[in-house]
Amino acid sequence: MPVREGVYGLLAEFNTPGAMVHATQLAHDAGYRRMECYSPYPVEEAASVLNVHRNRVPLFTLLGGVMGLTTAFLMQTWVSVWAYPLNIAGRPLFSWPAFIIPAYEWTILFAGLSAAFSMMALNGLPQPYHPLFNAPNFRDGATDDKFFLCLEATDPKFDVAETRTFLEQFHAVSVVEVEL
Amino acid sequence: MATKPLTDPRRDPVNDPMIDPVTGEFAVIAPGHNFKSVTQKISNVVLTSHTPIGWFFGLIVAGGILSVMLIAITWLVLKGVGIWGVTIPGAWGFAIINFVWWIGIGHAGTLISAILLLFKQGWRNSINRFAEAMTIFAVCCAGLFPVLHVGRPWLGYWLLPLPNTMNVWPQFRSPLAWDVFAVSTYATISVVFWYMGMIPDFGTLRDKAKHPFAKYMYGLGSLGWRGSTRHWMRYETASLLLAGLSTPLVLSVHTVISFDFAVAALPGWHTTVFPPYFVAGAIYSGFAMVLTLAIPIRKFYHMEDLVTMRHLDNMGKVMLGTGLIVAYGYGLEVFMSWYSASHWEFFMMWNRMFGPLGWGYWLLIMFNLAIPLLTLWWRKWRTNVAWLFTLSIVINIGMWFERFVIVVTSLYRDFLPSSWGTYKATKWDYMLYVGTMGFFTFLFFLFVRFAPMIPMNEIKMMLPQTKIKGVDAEETIEETA
Repeated sequence: MPVREGVYGLLAEFNTPGAMVHATQLAHDAGYRRMECYSPYPVEEAASVLNVHRNRVPLFTLLGGVMGLTTAFLMQTWVSVWAYPLNIAGRPLFSWPAFIIPAYEWTILFAGLSAAFSMMALNGLPQPYHPLFNAPNFRDGATDDKFFLCLEATDPKFDVAETRTFLEQFHAVSVVEVEL
Repeated sequence: MATKPLTDPRRDPVNDPMIDPVTGEFAVIAPGHNFKSVTQKISNVVLTSHTPIGWFFGLIVAGGILSVMLIAITWLVLKGVGIWGVTIPGAWGFAIINFVWWIGIGHAGTLISAILLLFKQGWRNSINRFAEAMTIFAVCCAGLFPVLHVGRPWLGYWLLPLPNTMNVWPQFRSPLAWDVFAVSTYATISVVFWYMGMIPDFGTLRDKAKHPFAKYMYGLGSLGWRGSTRHWMRYETASLLLAGLSTPLVLSVHTVISFDFAVAALPGWHTTVFPPYFVAGAIYSGFAMVLTLAIPIRKFYHMEDLVTMRHLDNMGKVMLGTGLIVAYGYGLEVFMSWYSASHWEFFMMWNRMFGPLGWGYWLLIMFNLAIPLLTLWWRKWRTNVAWLFTLSIVINIGMWFERFVIVVTSLYRDFLPSSWGTYKATKWDYMLYVGTMGFFTFLFFLFVRFAPMIPMNEIKMMLPQTKIKGVDAEETIEETA
C-alpha cells in the first residue's frame, strides 16, 4: 500500500525505558526498519536494537586533529624560517621542539571543534522544526519522563491501520498519528 | 574510593535515608526521585515566575563590585599601565598573579567534566554543569589581565598569528606566545563542551516553558533537540571525545603557564617541578572554588538531594590529594634551593622565607598546607559543611599568596643588590582584582537563573528507573502474549 500523504509516522508512548526497548525489539523482529526511539536520556539498549552504536564522529574528530596539528606546525615553520626569520645569536631557525606546544594545542582545538560540529552536522541540527513536535504528548514528555517509539511512514511495511494494531499490543500509553 | 563505613554518632547508618545501606557510603542522589521530579526540581529554578528576592540582591551586589572593575579598566585605558604598581625590578605584579589564580580556579571545572567522566565517577554529574560554568567565567576574568597588561588592549589581536601590513609575526619560541594558544584553546573548548552539555537540557526547558519568549529562546538554544536515539549516540560519542581531548588540554594549560616562569633563568622560577606543581595547585584551588559556590547554592536552592554529602566528601578527598602534591612542590623548591648549591637560589629561598615579604610565605604555608591538610584527613571535618566552606575560602586566599610569593619574591631582589627594590600594589591593582570577583559572581548569578545548573539528562541516567532487566522484558512478552 502506498504511503498516505501527510503522515510522518505512528508514535507510541511508553512510561518506562524497558517497555520502549521491548516494543522496538519486536517491531524490528516484525520487519520494521525506518523507526526511531526518543528518550530524555541516552538509552543504550535502544541503540543496540536499532544498531546505531557506530557513527562517524570519531573519524571527523581524527581528521580535525590531524588538520590542526599540521596547520599549526607548518604555520610556525613557515613564519619562523621564511616569513619572519629572527637571527638570535645564530640559533637555528627551524627550532621544531618549541613549535610542538602550539601544535599540540591546535590539535586539540581542531579535534574538539570537529567533534562538536560533526555531531551537530550528522544529527542535522540545528533543526527548529520537526513533524514530531506536532504531537502534543511528544512535547510534554520526550525530554522529561516519557519514552517514545516512532514507526515512520516511509517504511515499506508501514500501514496506518495495521501498524497501529501492531503498536497497540504493547500496552502503550497512547499511539498517535503524527502529521507531516 | 573505598572508605570505612560511617562512624559519625550523629548519623544512623541503618535508617538514615542519605546513606546507601549496601556500601555504607553517602548516597549520590537522595532516594525517592524519579524522572519527573528531577526535571521539576532543576527546571523550576529557571522557569519560575517568582525569582527569589535574594537573587536580585546578590546580582545587585555583584554588579556593584563589577562596576569597580569597569572603573579600574576605564582609568587604565585612559592613563596606561603606569597606574599599576608594576615597575623595575617588580615588573610582573598583580596582573600575572591574578591571571594564574583565575586560570587555576577554572581547572577544577574541566577536571570534573572531563577527567572524572573518563574515570566513570558518576557522582560528578550533579556538580559538573556549574563547575564548567565556573571554568568559563574564571577564564573570562583571567583573560582580562594579560590583555590589559599589554598596555594597549585594542591591539591585543597582535598576539595572534595574523598577517599584517608590518610583516611582523609572533615569536613562537616564547612561552608567552604558547600561552596565547593554550588559553584561547582552553576557553574555546570549555565553551563548546559546556554548551553541548546544555543542548538536551535546553530542549527540556523549551518543552516545559510556559512563557512564549522563554519557549522561543530555549528553543533556539536547544537547536531543535528531540532526544532521538541516533542523536543521543552521536552526542555521547562527541561528549566522550571532548572529555578525552579536554583531559590533556587542561593538564597542558597550567603546564604552559608554568613555562612562563620555568623557562626564565631566574632563581625561584627556573625549576622543573613547576608544571606538575602548578597543575596540582590549580586543581586544588579550583575544587576550593567549586565548594565556595556549591555550598551556598545547594542551601539556597534546596539542592541537598542532588548535591549530597557524598559530593562534598569526595571534593574534600580530591583537595587532600592535590594539596599533598602542592606540599611536595613546596618541599622540593626548598630542597632544590639547597641542593643546587647555587648562592642565588639559596639566597632567594632565605629571602622568600625571612625577607621583608616573608609573611606572605608563612601565610601560604598556613593557609594552603597547615589548616587544610591537617583537617581534610578526617571524614568528620570533610562532612562539616560550615568548615568546608571556610576552608574553601582559606585555600583560595592561600593559593593567591602562592602566586604572589612566586612572582614577587623571585623578582624584587635579584642578582645585584644595587638593583633591589620592592613591589607595592596600587589601589587600581586592588580595584581591578576585587572587581573581577564581582564580574565572576555577576556572571554566575545570571547562569544559575537562566541555565539549568545541574544536568537533568545526566542525573536521570543515574536513577534506578533506568535499569532495563532482561527478565522483565521476557515477562512483558508473556503478558502481551
